[in-house]
Amino acid sequence: MVHHAGTVAKAHAPGTDPTHLTPRLATAAHLPGVLLPPLAPTPVDLRGRLVTHWPYGTPVDPDDPDAAPWEAAATLLALLHRTPAPVPVPPMRGPAKAAHAVAALRATAPGHPATAPVLRAWAALPAWARGEAPMPDTVTLCHGDFHLGQLVRPPSPDASWLLIDIDDLGTGVPGWDLARPAAWYACGLLAPDEWHRFLTAYRAAGGPAVPRDGDPWSTLDAPARALTAQTAARAVTKAVAADRPLDEVERSLVDACARMGAVRPPSPPG
Amino acid sequence: MQCPKCRAPMHTYNRNGVQIEQCTGCRGIFLDYGELESLTRLESQWAQPAPPAPPAAPAAPAPPQAYPAAPQPPAWGAPHAGHYGHRRHKSFGHMLFSS
Repeated sequence: MVHHAGTVAKAHAPGTDPTHLTPRLATAAHLPGVLLPPLAPTPVDLRGRLVTHWPYGTPVDPDDPDAAPWEAAATLLALLHRTPAPVPVPPMRGPAKAAHAVAALRATAPGHPATAPVLRAWAALPAWARGEAPMPDTVTLCHGDFHLGQLVRPPSPDASWLLIDIDDLGTGVPGWDLARPAAWYACGLLAPDEWHRFLTAYRAAGGPAVPRDGDPWSTLDAPARALTAQTAARAVTKAVAADRPLDEVERSLVDACARMGAVRPPSPPG
Repeated sequence: MQCPKCRAPMHTYNRNGVQIEQCTGCRGIFLDYGELESLTRLESQWAQPAPPAPPAAPAAPAPPQAYPAAPQPPAWGAPHAGHYGHRRHKSFGHMLFSS
């Protein structure tokens, strides 16, 4: 990522398929009130790496999580989920990336005491959440990698927040986009009040990922389990690479994975 | 509906057909007439023991039962004892902003 004179150039991961990236980029160009629109409609090839160009936007201040725009984030996700894909896009990559994180854990930390509970939690997930079967929703437009680093505000004074990072965007189960905050909340990391603000704003904006009333976990349980396992897998992999013990936050993710073994997922709603 | 104790808005949940109101501020739960009896009845139907916790997490708290009246978090969630000191934790701050 290179930022120069109000323009950001993003070099995408080596091996990124241009036939996947181009419709994702076109989607951002078509949804300017939800996704930050790119400066150019197609990626350019720069010495074998695909590069896209974007206007600069101010991110959420990582040192001030209290200022996190939970309502704006939820509203943007609801709008995205309610918008028919303007061009055909590939499936969103959330489950595939979770599977990648778990494969890396298996390969790098087979003997770590936290690995077994994470792998058990992972194995109990439905095949689609492990990226091993098509998702049950092949229509709904999803971000695929939502977290607070995926929001920016363009420099103009009255600009509102927009979603960035289209690498994982595509059709799929929209609950995946709510599942990181859901997982943080379930692991006791995100305060009930913030989770409630996020969920309430998502419902108020007509988001389809959860039932309008009643229990949101009927649809969020599987994605939140998957993202808890993915985040735990990344944490353990990193801790092993740095030869350090897990910190308190990381342990809370592994503990949640361990508890999942005792509680079967609810059957998906009819 | 407003919480009679702290005036924060209350949110309605439906658990196994029983409507319960929970305060978004103090987390207090409001039961209408007959709801306690409904919950007690549901609890008595929930007598089968939970499977044992995996041995790898001896320090983990006992898994919260999938209790019919359990409030928001999923059954595998952490017991929400208000330890949100985590939010100031560097590691959690980082997690909020990364894939």
